[in-house]
Amino acid sequence: PPHWSPGTTIMAVEFDGGVVMGADSRTTTGAYIANRVTDKLTPIHERIFCCRSGSAADTQAIADSVTYQLGFHSIELDEPPQVQTAANLFKEMCYRYREELMAGIIVAGWDKRRGGQVYTVPVGGMMTRQPVSVGGSGSTYIYGYVDSNYRTGMSREECLQFTAKALSLAMERDGSSGGVVRLAVISEQGVDRQVILGNQLPRFSAA
Amino acid sequence: MLEESLQPGWLSEEVKTGTTIIAVEFEGGVVIGSDSRVSAGAAVVNRVMNKLSVLHDKIYCALSGSAADAQTMAEAVNYQLDVHSMEVGEDPLVRSAATLVKSISYKYKEELSAHLIVAGWDRRGGGQVYVTLEGLLCRQPFAIGGSGSSYIYGFVDAEYRKGMSRKESQEFVVNALALAMGRDGSSGGVAYVVTIDQTGAEEKCVLGNELPTFFDE
Repeated sequence: PPHWSPGTTIMAVEFDGGVVMGADSRTTTGAYIANRVTDKLTPIHERIFCCRSGSAADTQAIADSVTYQLGFHSIELDEPPQVQTAANLFKEMCYRYREELMAGIIVAGWDKRRGGQVYTVPVGGMMTRQPVSVGGSGSTYIYGYVDSNYRTGMSREECLQFTAKALSLAMERDGSSGGVVRLAVISEQGVDRQVILGNQLPRFSAA
Repeated sequence: MLEESLQPGWLSEEVKTGTTIIAVEFEGGVVIGSDSRVSAGAAVVNRVMNKLSVLHDKIYCALSGSAADAQTMAEAVNYQLDVHSMEVGEDPLVRSAATLVKSISYKYKEELSAHLIVAGWDRRGGGQVYVTLEGLLCRQPFAIGGSGSSYIYGFVDAEYRKGMSRKESQEFVVNALALAMGRDGSSGGVAYVVTIDQTGAEEKCVLGNELPTFFDE
């Protein structure tokens, strides 16, 4: 059977009042694009999402399990769960089964205690909070762009532009990333999802 | 039983210039830049190596890949270019230098593992940047190479504009190098920048603490 390749670019940014998350939409098996409109932004709870990279099977299974545990925990607590709790649950699973899994996950969301937060759980199972985080095979190409263009205190709109641009740059260079850009903004008001189609993406041309 | 070697690991590792190199054309010349780290496995065996080699007065090349292969290629082309320019009786074209590099890269492509970016100024074409990866020859407005270059593709795609001035091009090169050196473990040290135009080549070294810093530093 053709090798299923987990090429991806995913990204999440904190701003004052929430987070912006983004992902490309390409799933490839070898050179064939099995799904050109994949949705890699997965809801874990009402105001907590995760971006998945690595093995789709692994990340889906982990996300399903964390969704279940978090739902249960939230009912026990009788209030919305904290983003940090979700991130911890991901970390527990990714670390315990690190030998069997191939999963790189970015957890982001909003809770009333700490506002917008982004936590990254890369392959291996460590977990850390970062103001901006990128992941997936396409992320290597945009480290320089993200490092030079991120500033603290960006507004919601600026974060959306920043994420869309960064993902477009990665998709232009990484053969395993492409399609459309899916964005999600999570704040106290809830979740606002957007799609930027291929022909509407910001374009950069050097030659 | 643990097997222990009497020699440190890095003595048996191949010496690579895991690197970041970049060259960009501007109106009237080129700017070419590199980091300065040479690594053998995890050890840094030279932290101040100048990877910008002279091919001729106004033609430089930037080295990346295997240190031995790259240096040898540069020396060979330097010699061939000297002979050629004496035969022709005037300064060689940048394209000639790039073609010589390409010939070696292509002929020995199985044996060598080095990538040189050739950049310079000549009377006929002004500032030019040529890429010679794996034996192809291609002129580009700017070029990046080496292990650190992966991290700055997004940055250079977004920030490059046609018609930058000399100063803007120098800043572009230094920023790109600083960003790559921040993310690539095999790139680091100082940044060497050479600006070549009609009047000649100006060499500059930007020390580690003078490099631009970014939001998390």
